[in-house]
Amino acid sequence: MEEIVNQNGAVTEQLDAATDAEIDMRLVRENHRSETVGEMTVDDPRMICRNVDVYYGDKQAIFNVSLDIGKNQVIAMIGPSGCGKSTFLRCLNRMNDTIDICRVTGVIKMDNQDIYDSRLDVVSLRASVGMVFQKPNPFPKSIFDNVAYGPRIHGLSDSDTHLNEIIERSLHKAGLWDEVKDRLDQPGTGLSGGQQQRLCIARAIAVSPEVILMDEPCSALDPIATAKIEELIDELRENYTIAIVTHSMQQAARVSQRTAYFHLGKLIEVGETDQIFTAPRHKLTEDYITGRFG
Amino acid sequence: MQFSTLILVLLCFMVLAYYLGRRRSLNLVSGRVRDLHSLPSYYGMQTALWCGIPALLLFVIWVSFEGAVMTGLVVEGLPSEIQNLPVERLNLVLNDIRNLAQGNIVSRTVDETMQKASDHYASLKKISHTALFVATLALATMGGLWARQSITHDQRARNRVEKAINFFLVSSSSLAVFTTIGIVLSVLFEAIRFFQQIPITAFIFGLEWSPQTAIRADQVGSSGVFGAIPLFAGTFLITLIAMVVAVPIGLMSAIYMAEYASKKFRDLAKPILEVLAGIPTVVYGFFAALTVAPFFRDMGASLGLSVSSESALAAGVVMGIMIIPFVSSLSDDVINAVPQSMRDGSYGLGATRSETIRQVIMPAALPGIVGGVLLAVSRAIGETMIVVMAAGLSANLTANPLEAVTTVTVQIVTLLVGDQEFDSAKTLAAFALALVLFVITLALNMIALYIVRKYREQYE
Amino acid sequence: MNNLQQHNDTMARVQQGLNQRYRNEKRFRRVGLSAIMSGLIFVSFLFITIFANGYTAFQQTYLKLDVVFDPALIAPLGMTDPDILSAANYGGLVKAAMREMFPSVTSRREKKTLYKLVSTGAVYQLREMVMLDPALIGTKKSVWLVADDDVDMLIKEHIDLNAVESDRRIKNNQLEWIRLLQKNGRVEKRFNSTFFTAGDSREPELSGIKGAVYGSFFTLLICLAIAFPVGVAAAVYLEEFASKNRWTDLIEVNINNLAAVPSIVFGLLGLAVFINFFGLPRSVPLVGGLVLALMTLPTIIIASRAALKSVPPSIREAALGVGASPMQTVTHHVLPLAMPGMLTGTIIGMAQALGETAPLLMIGMVAFIVDIPGGPFDPSAVLPVQVYLWADSPERAFVERTSAAIMVLLAFLISMNLLAVWLRKKFERRW
Repeated sequence: MEEIVNQNGAVTEQLDAATDAEIDMRLVRENHRSETVGEMTVDDPRMICRNVDVYYGDKQAIFNVSLDIGKNQVIAMIGPSGCGKSTFLRCLNRMNDTIDICRVTGVIKMDNQDIYDSRLDVVSLRASVGMVFQKPNPFPKSIFDNVAYGPRIHGLSDSDTHLNEIIERSLHKAGLWDEVKDRLDQPGTGLSGGQQQRLCIARAIAVSPEVILMDEPCSALDPIATAKIEELIDELRENYTIAIVTHSMQQAARVSQRTAYFHLGKLIEVGETDQIFTAPRHKLTEDYITGRFG
Repeated sequence: MQFSTLILVLLCFMVLAYYLGRRRSLNLVSGRVRDLHSLPSYYGMQTALWCGIPALLLFVIWVSFEGAVMTGLVVEGLPSEIQNLPVERLNLVLNDIRNLAQGNIVSRTVDETMQKASDHYASLKKISHTALFVATLALATMGGLWARQSITHDQRARNRVEKAINFFLVSSSSLAVFTTIGIVLSVLFEAIRFFQQIPITAFIFGLEWSPQTAIRADQVGSSGVFGAIPLFAGTFLITLIAMVVAVPIGLMSAIYMAEYASKKFRDLAKPILEVLAGIPTVVYGFFAALTVAPFFRDMGASLGLSVSSESALAAGVVMGIMIIPFVSSLSDDVINAVPQSMRDGSYGLGATRSETIRQVIMPAALPGIVGGVLLAVSRAIGETMIVVMAAGLSANLTANPLEAVTTVTVQIVTLLVGDQEFDSAKTLAAFALALVLFVITLALNMIALYIVRKYREQYE
Repeated sequence: MNNLQQHNDTMARVQQGLNQRYRNEKRFRRVGLSAIMSGLIFVSFLFITIFANGYTAFQQTYLKLDVVFDPALIAPLGMTDPDILSAANYGGLVKAAMREMFPSVTSRREKKTLYKLVSTGAVYQLREMVMLDPALIGTKKSVWLVADDDVDMLIKEHIDLNAVESDRRIKNNQLEWIRLLQKNGRVEKRFNSTFFTAGDSREPELSGIKGAVYGSFFTLLICLAIAFPVGVAAAVYLEEFASKNRWTDLIEVNINNLAAVPSIVFGLLGLAVFINFFGLPRSVPLVGGLVLALMTLPTIIIASRAALKSVPPSIREAALGVGASPMQTVTHHVLPLAMPGMLTGTIIGMAQALGETAPLLMIGMVAFIVDIPGGPFDPSAVLPVQVYLWADSPERAFVERTSAAIMVLLAFLISMNLLAVWLRKKFERRW
């Protein structure tokens, strides 16, 4: 108990510099509910989430989650199915907006601005927080058009040559260029599963986001394709902040610097990946890591 | 009315047979159901079937051929100078005899031969009906009694009844095939007879349509001209106008319903749009003729245009309105079949709704929508009442929507409604047109259904 | 930091285009909404037109005349034998009453136009009165008689009085007489019961929809008696028993295609097969019902199959597991569970059949039939065909009757659809 109090004290302190009084009031009011163990905060956060609750209709799916996403870091979210990790991830670029009955409360800040603020534009938010989905979902268009989709809708290119440049660069970064450079005009759906997923990553990169959210990006792929994607994630870390949801603990251990463990909609424990996997502090985390349930 | 009574009596017989059969099976084993091969009700059903089916078959066959046989007998009884009349004249005489026998108004003065023939007809009819009654009920009784007598305790009644039911199931489902065959044959035969009189090239490539053949040979303009191009052009024009109205409105409604509308709005608006689909076409036809056509005419007049009061525009627009819900519900299905992951992918990149719809959903749904539009086209081509009531009869070869044109279906109706002789080119032309109509709509449906099925498989 | 620059550049560009994109978004949304709205406007416009044209048909103008039941005209020898009474000259009574009311009308031509104010149906009205009560003979009585349709139209203000007299159905002298009658309180609009109790007629004021409603009823009865069992049987076979082979594939293709074959083609099938080949009579509900049954079969089969599909396989396994035969499984368990869905599909199919016109034209159900049919073997019209026939008639009074008949037709259709919706809601079951 004592540790939790300390923890919350630290959170409040951390936030003081960056937030207004209103958020403080919320924090004070709801402190007693946070049960998270570990370091919720980091020194150089890219996104700050405080007291996030998510409701689907009357049903609450996420309970009071507070978490920082560190800059140029990979944070992995793990936990048994239905624990709310994907739901939480989708809050970070407001993908939950597309679900009518979904309601999000609490604060999620990026660049010192609440992303759920009505003044903030969801289109530009999603341009800076990209997303890669569980199942590869290339559009039924050519490979070129798939990658060009984002730059085109956002009007990012001045000319055809500029657009070509963006696409080549994105495909390079996604490690797909050499495989597809001769067949850019062929449909993206004709690629293999792993290639499709890298195409989706290239598509996300093409709008040069700062944060990339990945929702179990390898769950539909075979081990070799998975290895390629993991390699790619490690390379991307240099330039991007990445949040990845995964059901594979090995993957979390391989690609991430920080790990957050979710259970029944609550953030149970968060910390350095090494620490979580070697010395979990919470009983539930330990049970999950050691495979007692999942 | 007599026939209905007979059927009712027969049904009563069947119920009776059911109970008799059931009771006998129980009596055989003195009430111990275990000793029977099947449940007693199956023995009852078996008896009822033996009672009803043969009798019903007899009834149907009798009624189907009664007319032909009686006509033959009556004709034989007529004086030879009437017998030797040409077929169509003879038919008119026969019609009068029938009408006279039924006590209806007759188109000619009743002379003695007519009266005699009609009495003959009436008496034949009476005999036939009485015989039918007696024969059917006798057969039912015999069938039922025989089946009851043949019941034994180890008779496989359930299997037999199930076999009979199975036969009914198979033949019911095969009816669809026979209907198609029936359509093809009935249309094809008459069409071939038509093409024996009018060369097929003249029909398909002819530019003039004027089917009025003279009834008497000495009348002027006795030979009709059967060039169907003006009809095809008119049908095409009206269909085109209908599609111009229905496709954008139907498609945009579907998009709005599927992507924008709140649940409340959808629950309210969707049934109202579906009401449009349930309104009989004759109502649309009336609406077109009474309201829309005069409206266009007056509007044209105020703009200094001469708009025919049976303009293709009015018929086409109203037909378009009729087809809106058809297009919209088909597109709605198709749009909803586009997987959510496509939308997510697009929204995840920061696309707005309209960008997602136009650049991701529409391309993905295009094949399905094309299939739906083809079905709508086929429907517009085959639509009858709106054009019968609102489009013209004169076969103008024009692309001007403000003029009156005629369509294939309008001509079929005009040629076949009213008195008809079944060997004039005029009547047979209707079947040739129907053949064209059937082939075109069939082809469109096949293509559309194929496209839609392929589309569905893609996302399953 | 290369990436950060790029990102900032991106965000700047995104911000730049944002307004334009939201404008496009709004415009697109508006286009969608206006598409739906135009659909809704069409519906309401259609209903308003029909209603505005039709509601007046439920009233009919009557004229009050003082009729002298002159024995010299109807029972000259004092005989009240029904045969004589029914053949008597009631027209003379009406004419006499009219002459008495307008003694100033003397010329033959004027008298003729005067008599035209009263419907020809007035004669039957008087005859019925006398037949019912022969004691009336010799007395004088005020009687409300059906007015002619032109008078009716005038009273309902459907006649443009600014038009030139020769273009008008009501002439100036007739107008004068009617105004006079009105002043004396001898003109009244009453509920038009004829509309619901009479068959078709050439005279609008005497025409009604009873014949057509009966015809529709018998036609639907035949259609239902055939299409429902056959449709359900076909669906059961295809969904529960059929093995996948060429024949069943052929059946499936045929069902899907028949669902989209133009209805008029079914009419030609009926004409060629039922009338020309089997020699069944024209214009009878029996043939109409057969044709419509073939037409609605695909609808019923498709709906019934969907209903059968929604019954979970576990139910079948449970029944088969306790030793029921496949047929028993279907009849005892699957069919009852699928029945609401099948009924819903059937009702929708019947609604479709009720509104269908084109195939019935082909089998001669457009004949002018005055008598009210007593069964499926009597010649008759059906409601939509009655609409078509009246819509073709030139008299202005038939416009309102057509609209009124449409209102009745739509009332039937809407209640059938509501019934289907109610059934679906009531028995909807999620497994």
